[in-house]
This record gives sequence, structure tokens and C-alpha cells, in this order.
Amino acid sequence: MTALWLAIGFWLAAWGVNVWLSGSRFGRTGPGRALVPILFGVTVLVLWEGLVRGLGIAGVILPAPSVIAARIAGSLPTLWQDFVQTILKGAIPGFLIGSGAAFLTAIAIDRSPFLQRGLLPIGNFVAALPIVGLAPILVMWFGFDWQSKAAVVVVMVFFPMLVNIVAGLQACDRMQRDLMSTWGASYLQSLVKLRLPAAMPFIFNGLKIASTLALIGAIVAEFFGSPIYGMGFRISTEVGRLGLDMVWATIAVAALAGSVFYGLITLIERWVTFWHPSQRH
Amino acid sequence: MNRVLPVLTVLAGIVVIWYAAAIWMNSTWVFDQANRAGTPVSWAEVIPQTMTQDRPLLPPPHQVGAELWKGLFGQAITSKRSLVYHGYVTFKGTMMGFGLGILAGVLLAMAIVRFRVMDMSVMPWAIISQTIPIVALAPMIITLSSQMGLSGRDLPKAVIAAYLSFFPVLVSMVKGLRAPDQMQLDLLKTYGASEMATFLKLRLPASMPYFFASLKVAVAASLVGTIVGELPTGAIEGLGARMLIGSQFGEPLIMWAALFAAAILAGLLILVVGFVERLARKRMGVPA
Repeated sequence: MTALWLAIGFWLAAWGVNVWLSGSRFGRTGPGRALVPILFGVTVLVLWEGLVRGLGIAGVILPAPSVIAARIAGSLPTLWQDFVQTILKGAIPGFLIGSGAAFLTAIAIDRSPFLQRGLLPIGNFVAALPIVGLAPILVMWFGFDWQSKAAVVVVMVFFPMLVNIVAGLQACDRMQRDLMSTWGASYLQSLVKLRLPAAMPFIFNGLKIASTLALIGAIVAEFFGSPIYGMGFRISTEVGRLGLDMVWATIAVAALAGSVFYGLITLIERWVTFWHPSQRH
Repeated sequence: MNRVLPVLTVLAGIVVIWYAAAIWMNSTWVFDQANRAGTPVSWAEVIPQTMTQDRPLLPPPHQVGAELWKGLFGQAITSKRSLVYHGYVTFKGTMMGFGLGILAGVLLAMAIVRFRVMDMSVMPWAIISQTIPIVALAPMIITLSSQMGLSGRDLPKAVIAAYLSFFPVLVSMVKGLRAPDQMQLDLLKTYGASEMATFLKLRLPASMPYFFASLKVAVAASLVGTIVGELPTGAIEGLGARMLIGSQFGEPLIMWAALFAAAILAGLLILVVGFVERLARKRMGVPA
């Protein structure tokens, strides 16, 4: 029980510190802003550990964070192999192909308002559909290895990206386009120098949505058949034999990969769209 | 007419491409059969055969349509083979998750707007939570709840759906509750309004357009969550389970019909939510 009380004590203390931090002047500076959420995350972990130890919760229901950390440290090669299979071979190529294809499609239909009017409502609708359902079909077509996972990701990523890029290409206003044409800019010049840069905030918005979809697609597709490694495979088999510490270890890797992926896109966005109001501080 | 014609054109294009792909993909099987029998076949003979296979690689639209029709109207809606029945199971899960997600999103948004410490500590984690692929957690949530003695998979499914749908609501509600500007807040202060009154009479009404705008995204996310919750977990009811069964027994027609049933369900949900949104906007005097 001591572990539980210690954890609760830590929780209250961290809570107090956070309340003080968020009200103080330090909380408005950069490090202060980062410290508050970190402290919150650490508190959740400590509370989790305390609950599991203090109440004696069995490892097959909820393993403690320390057990999970030990499992991560103990099976790095397996986790790395799964990571390579699912993220590097499945999610990332699918993400690149899918958003690349969406980009090319958007450019191709850019000169035809007719096609855009037809494709946008359909794209919007398809983007809202549960496309993960295609996973079993694509696994049947492309086999069990990473190709089918990449294919699922391509399909999942394509429509949200297409909708965002088409919307982005229409983002600059009449005045700006007129200005380009008074300068005698060709279609290509006005596309490259005005409309693509203006579309970037929309494109990055789409990329952020697509980055989470890519991981979901790659992992779900593995539930329908995969070689004997991969994160989705690991989760579904380890759940079956109640190796929950391994499941949580894989989830931790997935969470880390997802956050890093998202963070990378945000960094590139900051670099590309430095001119946008949302990026100025 | 100006809006319908382009959509119809694109749809027609999709159907044409689909048929072409079906002929191309299914023809391999026909050629294999012909090779084995030792009788060469011409394309004129192949094409009809690609249209009516029992287990086509890519079923052509009319086969999917027929299977869908059979599933929706061909049997009593209480039958285990009826897509209406499975659709209802999925719909129930979606609605539970949707409700739970709205509740969680709104409550969190209220706390975040009220307490600065919540804003600083919880908001970053809410964003991070969405970069974690929830599907990784899905099998986990289901074993967890069964070990805690909760039978049935309604609750775990709803939790997964809620996890996906709370985020759009949270983000829009935070934005909406912060929408009133300083002038309006100051005015209420001069009236001596309590914090509760400010919340009820200014912040909450101001957030409503944002709230309704987020619902469409949230309901679609909730449906995805429910289907994912049914997919990898050995569920026997629901559209996700139907897809799984089709995949395991090598029956592509069942898979495709379930997929289109899910699409129809998604379309209906979005229509209804959009209708509610328009109703609410009209009621609040926002020009549509």
C-alpha cells in the first residue's frame, strides 16, 4: 500500500507545482511551457506504477510502467525488426506514394474546374469512409509482406490528401492571381510561384492527418496476415498469449513513432510556411 | 444541375475504370483455367467469364450491387446474414462511442478553458494521443475489459470509437469557448455576472457553431473506430466482423458488400449530422 500512497503524494505535489508553474512568470517562458506537460506525463506514469503495485494488479491485466520499460530494454532487436517492417517498409512508402499520387492528381485536375467540382464531393465523402475495411482485400491482392501494408496506406492517405491539396490550390485570392497575370506569368509560373506556396498550409494540414492514418493502416493491415514480424502481428499474437508487457512495449514504440513522424512534419511545416500567421510568434 | 453533372461524370468514370480493372484482374483466373484445359480462349469469351465468377479477385460493380441488395433486402432483418442487422450493431457501437466522445471532448474543453494549468498540461497530451495509432490499443482494450469481468464487446468498442471522436470535439470546443472577445467578456463583468452566468450565457452559446461543425468529423471518426474495434478481435457481429469473415473464408463478395454497407452507413450518419447542424444554425440565426 505504501507504493500507492507515495504515488498519490507525488501526484498532489506535482499538481501543486504545475498550478504554481502555470500561474508564475516562469510558466510563460519556453522551458516553463515544456515542463508543465512533462511533469503531467511523469505524474501519470508514477500514478500508474503506484496503482499497479499498491493494489497488486496482475501483470496480465495491466503491467506496471517499470515492467514495460524492462521489456523494451530486453527485446530491442525484436522491436526494431517490427519497427522496420511496419513503419519503414509499410507506412512510410505508402505515405509517400499516396500523398505523391494525390498531389499529381490534384495538379492534373487543376485546369479542369468541371472535374474538380465532380471529384471534390466524392473525395470528401470517401475521406470520411472507413477505408481500413479495404485492408483484407488488399492483403488478398498483394500478399502478406509489406507491399500490401503500403497499399492500404496509399488508399487511406490518398483522399484526405487530395481534398486538402485541391482546396489549397484554390486558396489564393482573385487579386493575387490577377497580379500574376498582369505580370504576364504563364500557368506554370503562377502555379509554382504563387499557388503552390499558398497551398502549403493546407498541404501540411493534410500531411498531418495522413501521418496518423498511415500508421493505423499499416498496423491494421497486419491483423489480416503478415510475416512473423511486424507491430500489428506482434500485438495480435502477444494479446493471444497474454504477454501484455510486450503488447505495451509495442504500443510505446508505435506511440513514439507516431509522435516523431508528426513532429517531423510539423518541423518541416514551420520551415516551409514560415510566412503564415499561425507560425509567427 | 451545375453541381450534379460533374459528380455523375466522375462516378461514371469510376465505374468504367472499375469494370476495366475487374476484367483485367479476373482474366488471369480464366486464362489459367483455359490453359489447364488446353483450350485457348479469345478475349470475347474471357470478358463474360470475368463478370460472373464466384470468388473474383475484384468483383465487378453489378456483382457487389447484387450481393449488397441480397444482404440489405434479401432476408429478414433479424437474420445473421442480413447486412441491416450487422449495420445496426455497428451503428449502436458508433452512437455509444460518439456520445462518449462528445461528453469527454466537451468536459475536457470546459476544464481546459477554465483552468490554465489544464490547458498547459493536458492539451499537449491530447494532441499526442491522436498520433498514437489507436488500433494498436484495440485488441488490448478488449482483453482488458473481458478480464475485468465485462462481458460483451459493446463497451470496449465504444471506448475505441470515443478515443477517435473526442479529439475533433475537444479542439473545436476549446476554440469555440474562447470565441467571445474581450469586449463581450468585459460587458458581462460590468453587469456583475458570475463565472457560471458568463459561461452559460456567453461562452456556451458562442461555442455552438464550432461544436456542430466538429460533429461531422467526430461521427465519421467514431464509425471508423467502431469498425476497427470489430475487425481484429474475433467479433461475430457488426460490419467489421462481416469483412473479417469474408476475408477468412475467402469470400470477396461478402467483404465488398460489407464495405459498401459501411459506406452507406457513413453517408447516412453524415447526412443526419449535417441536417442537425443546419437546423441548429438556423435556430441560432447564423446565415447558412
